[in-house]
Amino acid sequence: MTYVIVGAGPAGVVAAETICKLDPDGQVVMVGDEPDPPYSRMAIPYLLINNIDEQGTYLRKDAEHFGKAIRHVHGFASSVDAEAKTLHLADGRKIDYEALLVATGSKPILPPVPGIDGERVTTCWTLEDARKITATLKPGASVVLIGAGFIGCIILEALVSSGANLAVVEMGDRMVPRMLNETSGELLKKWCQEKGVNVMTSAQVESIEHHPDKAVVKISGDRHVDAELVISAAGVRANADFLEGAAVELKNGAVAVDRHMCSSVPGIYAAGDAACGLDFSTGDYSVQAVQPTAVEHGRIAAANMVKHGSVLHQGCINMNVLDTIGLISVSYGQWQGVEGGDRTSLLDRDRFRYINLQFDEDTLIGANTLGVTQHIGILRGLIQGQFKLGKWKQRLMQNPMLIMEAYLAATQGA
Amino acid sequence: MLRSLNINPDKCTGCLQCEMACSFENEGVFNPAKSRIKIFTFHEEGRFVPYTCTQCDEAWCLHACPVEAIKMNRETGAMEVLDSVCVGCKVCTIACPFGTVNYNQTTGKVIKCDLCGGDPQCAAACPTEAITYVDADATGLEKMRAWASKTDNQAHAN
Repeated sequence: MTYVIVGAGPAGVVAAETICKLDPDGQVVMVGDEPDPPYSRMAIPYLLINNIDEQGTYLRKDAEHFGKAIRHVHGFASSVDAEAKTLHLADGRKIDYEALLVATGSKPILPPVPGIDGERVTTCWTLEDARKITATLKPGASVVLIGAGFIGCIILEALVSSGANLAVVEMGDRMVPRMLNETSGELLKKWCQEKGVNVMTSAQVESIEHHPDKAVVKISGDRHVDAELVISAAGVRANADFLEGAAVELKNGAVAVDRHMCSSVPGIYAAGDAACGLDFSTGDYSVQAVQPTAVEHGRIAAANMVKHGSVLHQGCINMNVLDTIGLISVSYGQWQGVEGGDRTSLLDRDRFRYINLQFDEDTLIGANTLGVTQHIGILRGLIQGQFKLGKWKQRLMQNPMLIMEAYLAATQGA
Repeated sequence: MLRSLNINPDKCTGCLQCEMACSFENEGVFNPAKSRIKIFTFHEEGRFVPYTCTQCDEAWCLHACPVEAIKMNRETGAMEVLDSVCVGCKVCTIACPFGTVNYNQTTGKVIKCDLCGGDPQCAAACPTEAITYVDADATGLEKMRAWASKTDNQAHAN
Protein backbone atom coordinates (compact mmCIF):
# COMPACT_ATOMS: atom_id res chain seq x y z
CA MET A 1 0.00 0.00 0.00
CA THR A 2 1.36 3.44 -0.92
CA TYR A 3 0.35 6.36 1.23
CA VAL A 4 1.12 9.89 0.13
CA ILE A 5 0.87 12.73 2.58
CA VAL A 6 0.94 16.29 1.32
CA GLY A 7 2.23 18.55 4.06
CA ALA A 8 4.94 18.13 6.68
CA GLY A 9 3.40 19.95 9.61
CA PRO A 10 2.03 18.33 12.78
CA ALA A 11 -0.97 16.73 11.03
CA GLY A 12 1.17 15.25 8.24
CA VAL A 13 3.96 14.03 10.49
CA VAL A 14 1.63 12.44 13.04
CA ALA A 15 -0.35 10.79 10.25
CA ALA A 16 2.83 9.43 8.65
CA GLU A 17 4.04 8.03 11.97
CA THR A 18 0.66 6.51 12.76
CA ILE A 19 0.53 4.80 9.36
CA CYS A 20 4.01 3.35 9.93
CA LYS A 21 2.81 1.82 13.20
CA LEU A 22 -0.45 0.45 11.81
CA ASP A 23 0.90 -0.78 8.47
CA PRO A 24 4.63 -1.45 8.85
CA ASP A 25 4.84 -2.79 5.28
CA GLY A 26 3.26 0.29 3.74
CA GLN A 27 5.19 2.86 1.71
CA VAL A 28 4.82 6.32 3.25
CA VAL A 29 5.78 9.38 1.24
CA MET A 30 5.49 12.80 2.87
CA VAL A 31 5.70 15.81 0.55
CA GLY A 32 6.66 19.20 1.98
CA ASP A 33 7.34 22.45 0.14
CA GLU A 34 9.73 24.03 2.65
CA PRO A 35 13.44 23.23 2.64
CA ASP A 36 13.70 22.79 6.42
CA PRO A 37 13.06 19.59 8.36
CA PRO A 38 9.44 19.42 9.58
CA TYR A 39 9.01 22.13 12.21
CA SER A 40 6.34 23.67 14.38
CA ARG A 41 5.01 27.10 13.56
CA MET A 42 3.83 27.18 17.18
CA ALA A 43 7.48 27.47 18.19
CA ILE A 44 8.34 30.45 15.99
CA PRO A 45 7.46 33.09 18.62
CA TYR A 46 10.00 31.46 20.94
CA LEU A 47 12.59 31.47 18.18
CA LEU A 48 11.97 35.19 17.70
CA ILE A 49 12.67 35.90 21.36
CA ASN A 50 15.78 33.73 21.15
CA ASN A 51 14.60 31.17 23.70
CA ILE A 52 15.36 28.45 21.21
CA ASP A 53 17.35 28.05 18.00
CA GLU A 54 15.85 26.79 14.75
CA GLN A 55 16.40 23.16 15.76
CA GLY A 56 14.21 23.86 18.77
CA THR A 57 11.29 24.30 16.41
CA TYR A 58 11.73 20.90 14.77
CA LEU A 59 8.85 18.50 15.28
CA ARG A 60 11.22 15.58 15.67
CA LYS A 61 14.67 16.03 17.14
CA ASP A 62 16.26 12.91 15.68
CA ALA A 63 17.85 14.05 12.42
CA GLU A 64 17.45 10.53 11.03
CA HIS A 65 13.76 10.32 11.90
CA PHE A 66 12.59 11.06 8.39
CA GLY A 67 14.18 8.99 5.70
CA LYS A 68 13.73 5.63 7.42
CA ALA A 69 10.14 4.44 7.23
CA ILE A 70 8.88 7.81 6.04
CA ARG A 71 10.22 9.17 2.76
CA HIS A 72 10.34 12.97 2.98
CA VAL A 73 10.12 14.53 -0.49
CA HIS A 74 10.69 18.23 -1.05
CA GLY A 75 8.30 19.60 -3.60
CA PHE A 76 5.20 21.65 -4.20
CA ALA A 77 2.00 19.78 -4.91
CA SER A 78 0.38 21.35 -7.97
CA SER A 79 -2.53 19.05 -8.77
CA VAL A 80 -4.18 15.72 -8.11
CA ASP A 81 -5.48 13.32 -10.72
CA ALA A 82 -8.04 11.48 -8.59
CA GLU A 83 -8.91 8.97 -11.29
CA ALA A 84 -5.36 7.93 -11.99
CA LYS A 85 -4.53 8.37 -8.27
CA THR A 86 -1.51 10.50 -9.05
CA LEU A 87 -0.15 13.54 -7.26
CA HIS A 88 1.59 16.02 -9.54
CA LEU A 89 4.39 18.23 -8.26
CA ALA A 90 5.18 21.66 -9.69
CA ASP A 91 8.56 20.48 -10.99
CA GLY A 92 6.90 17.79 -13.11
CA ARG A 93 7.44 14.83 -10.80
CA LYS A 94 4.51 12.47 -10.29
CA ILE A 95 3.78 10.33 -7.26
CA ASP A 96 1.22 7.53 -7.43
CA TYR A 97 -0.81 6.84 -4.33
CA GLU A 98 -3.41 4.46 -3.06
CA ALA A 99 -4.43 6.73 -0.21
CA LEU A 100 -3.72 10.48 -0.19
CA LEU A 101 -3.76 12.79 2.81
CA VAL A 102 -4.19 16.53 2.37
CA ALA A 103 -2.33 17.96 5.36
CA THR A 104 -1.23 21.13 3.64
CA GLY A 105 -2.14 23.46 6.48
CA SER A 106 -2.94 27.05 5.79
CA LYS A 107 -1.21 30.16 4.54
CA PRO A 108 -1.45 33.82 5.47
CA ILE A 109 -4.00 36.01 3.75
CA LEU A 110 -2.62 39.37 2.69
CA PRO A 111 -5.10 42.23 3.11
CA PRO A 112 -5.87 43.73 -0.31
CA VAL A 113 -4.26 47.13 0.20
CA PRO A 114 -1.91 49.01 -2.16
CA GLY A 115 1.73 48.36 -1.29
CA ILE A 116 1.15 45.08 0.58
CA ASP A 117 3.53 43.33 -1.84
CA GLY A 118 6.39 45.73 -1.07
CA GLU A 119 9.75 44.62 0.24
CA ARG A 120 9.30 45.90 3.76
CA VAL A 121 6.18 43.80 4.24
CA THR A 122 6.44 40.26 5.55
CA THR A 123 4.15 37.66 7.02
CA CYS A 124 5.12 35.74 10.15
CA TRP A 125 4.36 32.19 9.20
CA THR A 126 7.48 30.27 8.14
CA LEU A 127 11.03 29.90 9.41
CA GLU A 128 12.07 32.00 6.41
CA ASP A 129 9.72 34.77 7.60
CA ALA A 130 11.18 34.50 11.09
CA ARG A 131 14.71 34.94 9.70
CA LYS A 132 13.66 38.07 7.85
CA ILE A 133 11.99 39.55 10.94
CA THR A 134 14.96 38.75 13.16
CA ALA A 135 17.31 40.42 10.71
CA THR A 136 15.26 43.63 10.70
CA LEU A 137 14.32 43.95 14.37
CA LYS A 138 16.58 46.24 16.35
CA PRO A 139 16.15 48.73 19.18
CA GLY A 140 14.34 51.81 17.97
CA ALA A 141 13.14 50.24 14.71
CA SER A 142 9.56 51.15 13.95
CA VAL A 143 7.32 48.22 13.21
CA VAL A 144 3.68 48.10 12.15
CA LEU A 145 1.79 44.91 12.83
CA ILE A 146 -1.35 44.39 10.76
CA GLY A 147 -3.75 42.24 12.74
CA ALA A 148 -4.12 41.61 16.48
CA GLY A 149 -5.33 38.05 16.09
CA PHE A 150 -3.65 34.98 17.53
CA ILE A 151 -0.45 35.25 15.51
CA GLY A 152 -0.13 39.00 15.84
CA CYS A 153 -0.49 38.76 19.60
CA ILE A 154 1.81 35.80 20.16
CA ILE A 155 4.72 37.56 18.44
CA LEU A 156 4.16 40.86 20.28
CA GLU A 157 6.56 39.88 23.03
CA ALA A 158 9.36 39.34 20.55
CA LEU A 159 8.65 42.69 18.90
CA VAL A 160 8.43 44.58 22.20
CA SER A 161 11.50 42.95 23.73
CA SER A 162 13.59 43.82 20.69
CA GLY A 163 13.11 47.46 21.61
CA ALA A 164 11.14 48.25 18.48
CA ASN A 165 8.52 50.99 18.42
CA LEU A 166 5.36 49.12 17.75
CA ALA A 167 1.98 50.00 16.30
CA VAL A 168 -0.76 47.39 15.93
CA VAL A 169 -3.67 47.86 13.54
CA GLU A 170 -6.69 45.61 14.10
CA MET A 171 -9.86 45.66 12.04
CA GLY A 172 -12.04 44.18 14.79
CA ASP A 173 -13.33 46.20 17.72
CA ARG A 174 -11.00 44.43 20.15
CA MET A 175 -7.90 42.28 20.26
CA VAL A 176 -8.19 38.61 19.22
CA PRO A 177 -11.90 38.88 18.41
CA ARG A 178 -11.98 35.21 17.40
CA MET A 179 -11.02 33.94 20.83
CA LEU A 180 -11.73 36.72 23.33
CA ASN A 181 -15.01 38.39 24.22
CA GLU A 182 -15.38 42.16 24.59
CA THR A 183 -14.27 42.24 28.24
CA SER A 184 -11.14 40.16 27.81
CA GLY A 185 -10.28 41.59 24.38
CA GLU A 186 -10.46 45.13 25.79
CA LEU A 187 -8.46 44.18 28.87
CA LEU A 188 -5.76 42.67 26.69
CA LYS A 189 -5.61 45.93 24.75
CA LYS A 190 -5.10 47.86 27.98
CA TRP A 191 -2.31 45.43 28.95
CA CYS A 192 -0.54 45.99 25.63
CA GLN A 193 -0.93 49.75 25.82
CA GLU A 194 0.63 49.73 29.30
CA LYS A 195 3.59 47.87 27.77
CA GLY A 196 4.06 50.75 25.36
CA VAL A 197 2.36 49.28 22.31
CA ASN A 198 0.26 51.62 20.20
CA VAL A 199 -2.89 49.50 19.66
CA MET A 200 -5.50 50.73 17.19
CA THR A 201 -8.71 48.69 17.05
CA SER A 202 -11.60 49.19 14.60
CA ALA A 203 -8.84 50.47 12.33
CA GLN A 204 -7.82 49.54 8.83
CA VAL A 205 -4.61 49.88 6.87
CA GLU A 206 -5.52 51.78 3.71
CA SER A 207 -2.20 51.75 1.92
CA ILE A 208 1.51 51.21 2.35
CA GLU A 209 3.73 53.69 0.53
CA HIS A 210 7.26 52.51 -0.05
CA HIS A 211 10.17 54.97 0.13
CA PRO A 212 13.88 54.16 -0.04
CA ASP A 213 14.38 54.50 3.73
CA LYS A 214 10.96 53.57 5.10
CA ALA A 215 7.37 52.64 4.40
CA VAL A 216 4.51 54.93 5.32
CA VAL A 217 1.47 53.02 6.54
CA LYS A 218 -1.77 54.95 6.08
CA ILE A 219 -4.45 53.98 8.54
CA SER A 220 -8.17 54.81 8.59
CA GLY A 221 -9.02 58.02 10.44
CA ASP A 222 -6.32 60.01 8.63
CA ARG A 223 -3.52 58.42 10.62
CA HIS A 224 -0.14 57.34 9.34
CA VAL A 225 2.85 55.59 10.84
CA ASP A 226 6.38 55.30 9.46
CA ALA A 227 7.69 51.75 9.44
CA GLU A 228 10.96 50.00 8.73
CA LEU A 229 9.10 46.72 8.87
CA VAL A 230 5.44 45.84 8.30
CA ILE A 231 4.29 42.46 9.56
CA SER A 232 1.04 41.23 8.10
CA ALA A 233 -0.83 38.83 10.37
CA ALA A 234 -4.33 39.28 9.00
CA GLY A 235 -5.59 35.72 9.09
CA VAL A 236 -4.95 32.49 7.22
CA ARG A 237 -6.73 30.23 4.77
CA ALA A 238 -6.37 26.58 3.88
CA ASN A 239 -3.92 25.48 1.18
CA ALA A 240 -6.39 23.68 -1.04
CA ASP A 241 -5.84 25.33 -4.41
CA PHE A 242 -4.01 22.30 -5.80
CA LEU A 243 -7.18 20.23 -5.41
CA GLU A 244 -9.02 22.24 -8.01
CA GLY A 245 -9.87 19.82 -10.77
CA ALA A 246 -9.95 16.81 -8.45
CA ALA A 247 -13.63 17.39 -7.61
CA VAL A 248 -12.85 17.41 -3.91
CA GLU A 249 -15.64 19.22 -2.10
CA LEU A 250 -14.51 22.23 -0.08
CA LYS A 251 -16.18 23.88 2.90
CA ASN A 252 -15.03 27.17 4.41
CA GLY A 253 -12.13 27.03 1.98
CA ALA A 254 -10.87 23.71 3.36
CA VAL A 255 -11.48 20.07 2.45
CA ALA A 256 -14.89 18.92 3.67
CA VAL A 257 -14.31 15.63 5.50
CA ASP A 258 -16.63 13.07 7.04
CA ARG A 259 -16.10 11.43 10.42
CA HIS A 260 -13.43 9.18 8.90
CA MET A 261 -11.57 12.30 7.76
CA CYS A 262 -12.34 11.24 4.19
CA SER A 263 -13.16 13.83 1.55
CA SER A 264 -15.91 13.60 -1.04
CA VAL A 265 -13.46 11.62 -3.19
CA PRO A 266 -12.74 8.09 -1.91
CA GLY A 267 -9.06 7.61 -1.15
CA ILE A 268 -8.44 11.30 -0.48
CA TYR A 269 -8.38 12.29 3.18
CA ALA A 270 -7.64 15.57 4.92
CA ALA A 271 -6.37 16.65 8.34
CA GLY A 272 -5.42 19.75 10.28
CA ASP A 273 -5.87 23.31 9.05
CA ALA A 274 -6.67 22.01 5.57
CA ALA A 275 -9.66 20.02 6.82
CA CYS A 276 -13.13 21.20 7.70
CA GLY A 277 -13.86 18.60 10.38
CA LEU A 278 -16.41 17.81 13.04
CA ASP A 279 -16.58 20.25 15.95
CA PHE A 280 -17.30 18.55 19.27
CA SER A 281 -19.20 21.51 20.69
CA THR A 282 -21.47 22.48 17.84
CA GLY A 283 -21.89 19.18 16.01
CA ASP A 284 -21.15 21.22 12.92
CA TYR A 285 -18.10 21.12 10.66
CA SER A 286 -15.50 23.85 10.93
CA VAL A 287 -11.84 24.72 10.40
CA GLN A 288 -10.28 25.03 13.86
CA ALA A 289 -6.70 25.56 12.76
CA VAL A 290 -5.12 24.66 16.10
CA GLN A 291 -2.31 22.24 16.96
CA PRO A 292 -4.25 19.70 19.09
CA THR A 293 -6.89 19.40 16.38
CA ALA A 294 -4.23 18.90 13.71
CA VAL A 295 -2.67 16.06 15.68
CA GLU A 296 -6.00 14.39 16.41
CA HIS A 297 -7.04 14.67 12.77
CA GLY A 298 -3.70 13.22 11.68
CA ARG A 299 -4.10 10.11 13.84
CA ILE A 300 -7.69 9.46 12.86
CA ALA A 301 -7.09 10.06 9.15
CA ALA A 302 -4.10 7.71 9.25
CA ALA A 303 -6.09 4.92 10.89
CA ASN A 304 -8.78 5.22 8.26
CA MET A 305 -6.28 5.40 5.42
CA VAL A 306 -4.88 2.07 6.60
CA LYS A 307 -8.30 0.54 7.23
CA HIS A 308 -11.23 2.62 6.14
CA GLY A 309 -13.93 2.80 8.77
CA SER A 310 -11.67 1.77 11.64
CA VAL A 311 -11.90 4.99 13.69
CA LEU A 312 -14.81 7.37 13.88
CA HIS A 313 -13.98 10.97 14.74
CA GLN A 314 -15.87 12.15 17.82
CA GLY A 315 -15.22 15.80 17.01
CA CYS A 316 -12.51 18.13 18.22
CA ILE A 317 -13.08 20.75 20.84
CA ASN A 318 -11.87 24.15 19.75
CA MET A 319 -9.27 25.44 22.18
CA ASN A 320 -6.58 28.03 22.21
CA VAL A 321 -3.91 29.38 24.52
CA LEU A 322 -2.16 32.64 23.81
CA ASP A 323 0.65 34.48 25.58
CA THR A 324 0.61 38.19 24.80
CA ILE A 325 3.65 39.87 26.36
CA GLY A 326 3.21 37.65 29.41
CA LEU A 327 -0.57 37.86 29.76
CA ILE A 328 -2.04 34.43 29.07
CA SER A 329 -5.48 34.02 27.56
CA VAL A 330 -7.36 30.79 26.96
CA SER A 331 -10.54 29.91 25.12
CA TYR A 332 -12.55 26.70 24.91
CA GLY A 333 -15.57 25.52 23.00
CA GLN A 334 -18.57 27.78 22.89
CA TRP A 335 -17.09 30.67 24.84
CA GLN A 336 -19.60 32.98 23.20
CA GLY A 337 -22.43 31.03 24.82
CA VAL A 338 -25.61 29.58 23.41
CA GLU A 339 -29.14 30.88 23.36
CA GLY A 340 -30.94 30.19 26.59
CA GLY A 341 -27.74 29.19 28.36
CA ASP A 342 -26.45 30.77 31.56
CA ARG A 343 -23.16 32.57 31.88
CA THR A 344 -21.03 33.80 34.71
CA SER A 345 -17.84 35.77 34.94
CA LEU A 346 -15.38 37.23 37.39
CA LEU A 347 -13.19 40.21 36.59
CA ASP A 348 -10.24 41.74 38.41
CA ARG A 349 -9.38 44.57 36.07
CA ASP A 350 -6.40 45.85 38.06
CA ARG A 351 -4.69 42.46 38.11
CA PHE A 352 -5.71 41.59 34.53
CA ARG A 353 -7.57 38.48 35.60
CA TYR A 354 -10.81 37.29 34.10
CA ILE A 355 -12.83 34.13 33.77
CA ASN A 356 -16.01 33.61 31.79
CA LEU A 357 -17.98 30.36 31.89
CA GLN A 358 -20.84 29.39 29.60
CA PHE A 359 -23.42 26.73 30.39
CA ASP A 360 -26.13 24.85 28.60
CA GLU A 361 -28.50 23.88 31.41
CA ASP A 362 -26.07 22.52 34.01
CA THR A 363 -23.29 21.50 31.63
CA LEU A 364 -20.23 23.63 30.92
CA ILE A 365 -19.92 24.24 27.19
CA GLY A 366 -17.34 26.99 26.86
CA ALA A 367 -15.01 29.35 28.65
CA ASN A 368 -12.45 32.04 28.21
CA THR A 369 -9.92 33.36 30.64
CA LEU A 370 -7.24 35.97 31.01
CA GLY A 371 -4.40 35.64 33.50
CA VAL A 372 -5.65 32.29 34.81
CA THR A 373 -3.31 29.36 34.21
CA GLN A 374 -3.49 26.96 37.16
CA HIS A 375 -5.29 23.69 36.28
CA ILE A 376 -6.64 25.38 33.17
CA GLY A 377 -7.02 22.08 31.29
CA ILE A 378 -9.80 21.07 33.64
CA LEU A 379 -12.04 23.33 31.58
CA ARG A 380 -11.54 20.89 28.73
CA GLY A 381 -12.29 18.01 31.06
CA LEU A 382 -15.51 19.61 32.24
CA ILE A 383 -16.65 20.56 28.74
CA GLN A 384 -15.69 17.37 26.94
CA GLY A 385 -16.85 15.15 29.78
CA GLN A 386 -20.27 16.82 29.45
CA PHE A 387 -20.78 16.43 33.17
CA LYS A 388 -24.08 17.39 34.73
CA LEU A 389 -22.89 19.77 37.41
CA GLY A 390 -25.98 19.69 39.60
CA LYS A 391 -25.54 21.90 42.67
CA TRP A 392 -22.03 22.77 41.52
CA LYS A 393 -23.45 24.83 38.71
CA GLN A 394 -24.85 27.29 41.24
CA ARG A 395 -21.54 27.30 43.08
CA LEU A 396 -19.74 28.08 39.82
CA MET A 397 -22.24 30.80 39.00
CA GLN A 398 -21.27 32.42 42.31
CA ASN A 399 -17.54 31.70 42.04
CA PRO A 400 -16.35 30.59 38.61
CA MET A 401 -12.85 29.98 39.96
CA LEU A 402 -14.08 26.75 41.61
CA ILE A 403 -13.59 24.80 38.37
CA MET A 404 -11.27 22.18 39.90
CA GLU A 405 -13.62 21.59 42.80
CA ALA A 406 -16.57 21.25 40.45
CA TYR A 407 -14.63 18.70 38.41
CA LEU A 408 -13.67 16.65 41.45
CA ALA A 409 -17.26 16.72 42.66
CA ALA A 410 -18.46 15.54 39.25
CA THR A 411 -15.89 12.77 38.82
CA GLN A 412 -15.13 11.58 42.33
CA GLY A 413 -18.27 12.61 44.16
CA ALA A 414 -16.10 14.80 46.34
CA MET B 1 6.57 -3.67 38.11
CA LEU B 2 4.85 -0.44 37.15
CA ARG B 3 3.69 1.51 40.14
CA SER B 4 1.40 4.48 40.43
CA LEU B 5 0.11 6.93 42.98
CA ASN B 6 -2.93 5.71 44.84
CA ILE B 7 -4.96 8.50 46.34
CA ASN B 8 -7.49 7.90 49.05
CA PRO B 9 -9.21 11.21 49.88
CA ASP B 10 -10.97 9.69 52.89
CA LYS B 11 -7.62 9.50 54.64
CA CYS B 12 -6.49 13.03 53.81
CA THR B 13 -6.42 15.52 56.68
CA GLY B 14 -5.44 18.50 54.53
CA CYS B 15 -2.06 18.93 56.25
CA LEU B 16 -0.41 19.92 52.90
CA GLN B 17 2.85 18.12 53.70
CA CYS B 18 2.65 16.54 50.25
CA GLU B 19 2.56 19.98 48.61
CA MET B 20 5.57 21.09 50.67
CA ALA B 21 7.51 17.93 49.82
CA CYS B 22 6.67 18.21 46.12
CA SER B 23 7.65 21.85 45.89
CA PHE B 24 10.91 21.23 47.78
CA GLU B 25 11.84 18.20 45.69
CA ASN B 26 11.11 19.88 42.37
CA GLU B 27 11.68 23.58 42.96
CA GLY B 28 13.97 23.64 45.99
CA VAL B 29 11.54 25.81 47.97
CA PHE B 30 8.76 25.15 50.45
CA ASN B 31 6.03 26.81 48.42
CA PRO B 32 2.72 25.00 47.97
CA ALA B 33 1.98 27.27 45.00
CA LYS B 34 4.79 25.46 43.15
CA SER B 35 3.61 21.98 44.03
CA ARG B 36 2.55 19.57 41.31
CA ILE B 37 0.17 17.82 43.67
CA LYS B 38 -2.70 19.89 45.04
CA ILE B 39 -5.08 19.41 47.94
CA PHE B 40 -8.57 20.70 47.18
CA THR B 41 -10.67 21.66 50.17
CA PHE B 42 -14.41 21.13 50.33
CA HIS B 43 -15.46 23.21 53.29
CA GLU B 44 -19.13 22.40 53.16
CA GLU B 45 -18.52 18.69 52.81
CA GLY B 46 -15.63 18.67 55.26
CA ARG B 47 -13.40 16.90 52.79
CA PHE B 48 -9.90 17.16 51.35
CA VAL B 49 -8.99 15.73 47.97
CA PRO B 50 -5.36 15.30 46.89
CA TYR B 51 -5.06 15.58 43.13
CA THR B 52 -2.28 15.12 40.61
CA CYS B 53 -1.48 13.57 37.23
CA THR B 54 -2.46 9.89 36.80
CA GLN B 55 0.10 9.42 33.98
CA CYS B 56 -2.85 8.47 31.79
CA ASP B 57 -2.51 6.17 28.80
CA GLU B 58 -4.00 8.78 26.49
CA ALA B 59 -1.11 11.13 27.35
CA TRP B 60 -2.88 14.13 25.92
CA CYS B 61 0.01 16.36 26.99
CA LEU B 62 2.58 14.26 25.16
CA HIS B 63 0.57 14.15 21.94
CA ALA B 64 -0.27 17.84 22.05
CA CYS B 65 3.36 18.93 22.40
CA PRO B 66 4.56 20.33 19.07
CA VAL B 67 8.26 19.84 19.79
CA GLU B 68 8.64 16.43 21.52
CA ALA B 69 9.29 17.99 24.93
CA ILE B 70 7.17 15.44 26.80
CA LYS B 71 8.37 11.87 26.84
CA MET B 72 7.35 8.75 28.68
CA ASN B 73 9.85 7.40 31.16
CA ARG B 74 9.72 3.69 30.39
CA GLU B 75 10.80 2.68 33.87
CA THR B 76 8.23 4.65 35.82
CA GLY B 77 5.53 5.15 33.18
CA ALA B 78 5.54 8.87 33.94
CA MET B 79 5.16 11.53 31.26
CA GLU B 80 8.14 13.80 31.82
CA VAL B 81 8.70 17.35 30.62
CA LEU B 82 12.14 17.86 29.12
CA ASP B 83 12.99 21.38 30.26
CA SER B 84 15.68 21.83 27.64
CA VAL B 85 13.21 21.14 24.84
CA CYS B 86 10.01 22.77 26.15
CA VAL B 87 9.49 26.12 24.44
CA GLY B 88 6.71 27.18 26.81
CA CYS B 89 3.88 27.26 24.26
CA LYS B 90 1.39 25.93 26.89
CA VAL B 91 -0.58 23.82 24.41
CA CYS B 92 -0.23 20.83 26.77
CA THR B 93 -1.76 22.85 29.63
CA ILE B 94 -5.00 23.28 27.71
CA ALA B 95 -4.90 19.82 26.11
CA CYS B 96 -4.72 17.90 29.40
CA PRO B 97 -8.37 17.38 30.37
CA PHE B 98 -7.32 16.63 33.94
CA GLY B 99 -5.79 20.06 34.45
CA THR B 100 -2.55 18.60 35.75
CA VAL B 101 -0.03 20.39 33.55
CA ASN B 102 0.71 23.92 34.71
CA TYR B 103 2.71 26.78 33.27
CA ASN B 104 5.51 28.10 35.45
CA GLN B 105 5.82 31.80 34.69
CA THR B 106 9.20 31.99 36.44
CA THR B 107 10.91 29.48 34.17
CA GLY B 108 8.72 29.89 31.09
CA LYS B 109 8.26 26.10 30.97
CA VAL B 110 5.47 23.77 31.96
CA ILE B 111 5.54 21.54 35.03
CA LYS B 112 3.77 18.30 35.82
CA CYS B 113 4.11 15.32 38.13
CA ASP B 114 6.97 13.02 37.08
CA LEU B 115 6.64 10.64 40.03
CA CYS B 116 9.98 12.08 41.25
CA GLY B 117 11.73 9.56 39.00
CA GLY B 118 10.17 6.63 40.87
CA ASP B 119 10.28 7.85 44.48
CA PRO B 120 7.37 10.27 44.80
CA GLN B 121 7.99 12.61 47.70
CA CYS B 122 4.31 13.37 48.24
CA ALA B 123 3.70 9.74 49.16
CA ALA B 124 6.80 9.69 51.34
CA ALA B 125 5.62 12.80 53.18
CA CYS B 126 2.00 11.80 53.68
CA PRO B 127 1.50 10.91 57.35
CA THR B 128 -1.88 9.19 56.89
CA GLU B 129 -1.35 7.03 53.80
CA ALA B 130 -3.82 9.10 51.84
CA ILE B 131 -1.16 9.06 49.11
CA THR B 132 0.67 5.81 48.53
CA TYR B 133 2.85 4.54 45.71
CA VAL B 134 1.73 1.04 44.87
CA ASP B 135 1.45 -1.62 42.17
CA ALA B 136 -0.41 0.06 39.31
CA ASP B 137 -2.93 -2.75 38.97
CA ALA B 138 -4.16 -2.23 42.51
CA THR B 139 -4.93 1.46 42.33
CA GLY B 140 -8.32 1.49 40.72
CA LEU B 141 -6.71 3.85 38.25
CA GLU B 142 -9.01 2.50 35.59
CA LYS B 143 -11.97 3.99 37.42
CA MET B 144 -10.35 7.40 37.42
CA ARG B 145 -9.58 7.17 33.74
CA ALA B 146 -12.90 5.72 32.68
CA TRP B 147 -14.53 8.93 31.59
CA ALA B 148 -11.68 9.72 29.24
CA SER B 149 -12.63 6.87 26.94
CA LYS B 150 -15.98 8.53 26.31
CA THR B 151 -14.41 11.24 24.25
CA ASP B 152 -11.26 9.48 23.27
CA ASN B 153 -10.26 9.54 19.66
CA GLN B 154 -6.71 8.49 20.22
CA ALA B 155 -6.56 5.13 21.94
CA HIS B 156 -7.88 3.17 19.00
CA ALA B 157 -5.50 4.75 16.54
CA ASN B 158 -2.46 3.58 18.46
